[in-house]
Amino acid sequence: MNPIRKQKLLIVGVILGGAAVATALLLLAFNKGLNAFFTPTEIAEGKVTGTQNIRIGGMVKKGSLLKEGLQGTRIEFIATDFNEDVPVVYTGVLPDLFREGQGVMADGHMDAKGVFQADSILAKHDENYMSSEVKAAMEAAKNKQAAKTVANGGAQP
Amino acid sequence: MIPELGNFALMLALCLALLQAVLPMAGTYTNSQLWMGLGRPLSAGIWVFMVLAFACLARSFLHDDFSVAYVARNSNTELPVYYKFAAVWGAHEGSLLLWVLILASWGYAVSLLSSKLPLDIVARVLSVMAMITAGFLAFMIFTSNPFDRMLLNTPTEGTDLNPLLQDFGLTVHPPFLYMGYVGFSVAFAFAIAALLTGRLDAAWARWTRPWTNAAWAFLTVGITLGSWWSYYELGWGGWWFWDPVENVSFMPWLVGTALIHSLAVTEKRGVFKSWTVLLAISAFSLSMLGAFIVRSGVITSVHAFATDPERGMVLLALLLVIIGASLCLYAIRAPVVKGSASYAANSREVFLLINNILLVVATAMILLGTLFPLIHEAIYGEANRMSVGPPYYNTIFIPLMALLAFFLGVATFSRWKKTSLEHLKQNLKLVLLASVVLGIGLPLLVTSSINPAIMLAVGLVLWIVFGVLKDIRDKTANKDSRLAGLLGLGRSYYGMQLAHFGVAVLITGVCLTSHYSIEQDVRMKPGDSVSIGDYSFEFGGVVERKGPNYDAQSATINVSKNGKAYRVMNPEKRKYHARGDVQTEAAIDTGFFRDLFTALGDPRGDDAWVVRLHVKPFVFWIWLGAFLMAAGGVLALLDRRYRYRPVLLAQTTEAPSATAPDAVMAKVVNS
Repeated sequence: MNPIRKQKLLIVGVILGGAAVATALLLLAFNKGLNAFFTPTEIAEGKVTGTQNIRIGGMVKKGSLLKEGLQGTRIEFIATDFNEDVPVVYTGVLPDLFREGQGVMADGHMDAKGVFQADSILAKHDENYMSSEVKAAMEAAKNKQAAKTVANGGAQP
Repeated sequence: MIPELGNFALMLALCLALLQAVLPMAGTYTNSQLWMGLGRPLSAGIWVFMVLAFACLARSFLHDDFSVAYVARNSNTELPVYYKFAAVWGAHEGSLLLWVLILASWGYAVSLLSSKLPLDIVARVLSVMAMITAGFLAFMIFTSNPFDRMLLNTPTEGTDLNPLLQDFGLTVHPPFLYMGYVGFSVAFAFAIAALLTGRLDAAWARWTRPWTNAAWAFLTVGITLGSWWSYYELGWGGWWFWDPVENVSFMPWLVGTALIHSLAVTEKRGVFKSWTVLLAISAFSLSMLGAFIVRSGVITSVHAFATDPERGMVLLALLLVIIGASLCLYAIRAPVVKGSASYAANSREVFLLINNILLVVATAMILLGTLFPLIHEAIYGEANRMSVGPPYYNTIFIPLMALLAFFLGVATFSRWKKTSLEHLKQNLKLVLLASVVLGIGLPLLVTSSINPAIMLAVGLVLWIVFGVLKDIRDKTANKDSRLAGLLGLGRSYYGMQLAHFGVAVLITGVCLTSHYSIEQDVRMKPGDSVSIGDYSFEFGGVVERKGPNYDAQSATINVSKNGKAYRVMNPEKRKYHARGDVQTEAAIDTGFFRDLFTALGDPRGDDAWVVRLHVKPFVFWIWLGAFLMAAGGVLALLDRRYRYRPVLLAQTTEAPSATAPDAVMAKVVNS
């Protein structure tokens, strides 16, 4: 084989090796690190089955935050998209911008009782900032509510 | 009046940038010395006007001129003077001004330090940089002008700087980061100039190397400061979150690292030329992508600037023009550029190729993870959103970096062109043996438990460190005295070894912190105490304290070590007057071998508070390692050969023969 071709073969070999390692890692990583995002409405519709890790987003329902009288650092609150609610339980320190009536995102899983067990609550740097996920979810819920009202209205004589 | 002056300076800078983008470049085609020569004075002019604009905005901040909308949104009469100045780059418009000022500064620096370069190359490089400057200036003037006024209804008080930014780490973080991002524009401009001329030779690589090193070192420091800041200011004790905004700063860094190594091959051996050019284009393109992602709000991030889709579209257009044009040029011209030397399968060239592939694969994976939510949403619609979490990145990144650390050790002992296996075996035998034995032995002795991940990490760290030490010993062995040998090694050699040593320190920090940190979130009443390791934390309650522009709830935590009083720590929760934001201020006791980290959570009734207590071993080493890497980069660019020999190499248009660089190196060493 002439040296130039040999050299090219070498480069292609190294690149293919890299690609193979990359693909293997990628498949593994996709299995572990991808979380689907769900809204309270989607959870109420039964779209989440099993206890895989998911991310939820919504608003912290006013008056729902419970932190006194619980064991240790546990807190409970309700995440809502103004259409459906999901109870959330979290143990640990809350981010500074976590407040009732504000947007919230949480990573964790649904338990058998339909309670969301949060591993982490996501903080925001900017209180006016709402993630596109939560914003879109709110819009969707609003549309659904509107559709429901129309449907109810239509059903009445 | 002053803000108008600033505005005027911006417009003048834009005019000059447009002139510079066109004239020197046109001069290279008409072979007009005059036009090509305009590059240097014009870049000085742009720089002067950018400094003036920056000074005007700074003055408006220092004088509380709330008729300037940007000042009103980001300052306050109560804000300490230091932060008033730092607030200049505290939000979108002002940080863009800083970005362009830095871009102009790099251009000016190139014009000052390029006296030995051929005029046509300087003209092309400066023109390309001016095109980028003009693009960003136009974007700033037309969509995000920091000097916009509110002359009617001028507010009497500003809404204050975001309290998260009222902190030393974050005031110096953006300038360093931007120095890095924008610094890659120099390598980019050199690459474009080389593609235009078709002269892609060792001389070109030699000119590009110091600029790339400088940008890379700045970016390293910038990212490190950001990580350090998120560690102590976000209040939660983490130091890397794989957040999209972190990722977009990390990707140009990884590609920049690849570029540094690939430039070494192009300079010494005259191969990998088109690959090097592609890396130079990619590094800057990824910097631009970062600017777009941070400022457009297309991706959810905890760090993102306030989002504005319209600005995002303009930035995206700018991004597409720059990247698209440079890649088109690359596609047309790259085939012209061919490597001339040959090398064997077992040579330093190939080991550096492996380095490059690992770094580029890591970058591609991070890019995929960062953009995946967007891609997924585009394909499956808004109802099916995904987020990509840290496990994705860790699964991919850690094995790739372990491989990289392994090949780092091998490559140090490999030779250009061809390395005999015998040579490698002979050199690495002892290093391998020592790192395997100690890698297994040390963790076993210290923790008396078997943890394969730790053993692998310790082994790799020792592999790198022993390799560095052995290589320095070998290189000085044949000299008259050890000291003469040490003095004879060039700065770029020491720079390389220092940076590699920094990698080892960084890995040590990352690995030990992640595995051996003890973290407890506990609910404490005054008088309660918690023991972690040798330390005992006693909660003394919370008192009110007044700061300059905030009220704080300040906790007292008495820390004792082995029963003896050690120190008092005061983590706080601060409520800032102007915005009413609450901000956690962690208290940290930094040590060489461990940090004590305390943060105050929320009140839970009956004087009880949630308190976060961490003991984090070796966390300091993460930043120490990163700074050592940056220092290595700076040391390498100070090497004499970048200053003493460009005249000689400028005439060499073909790649030098394999022996030339070494011979020249010897000459420099002897002189």
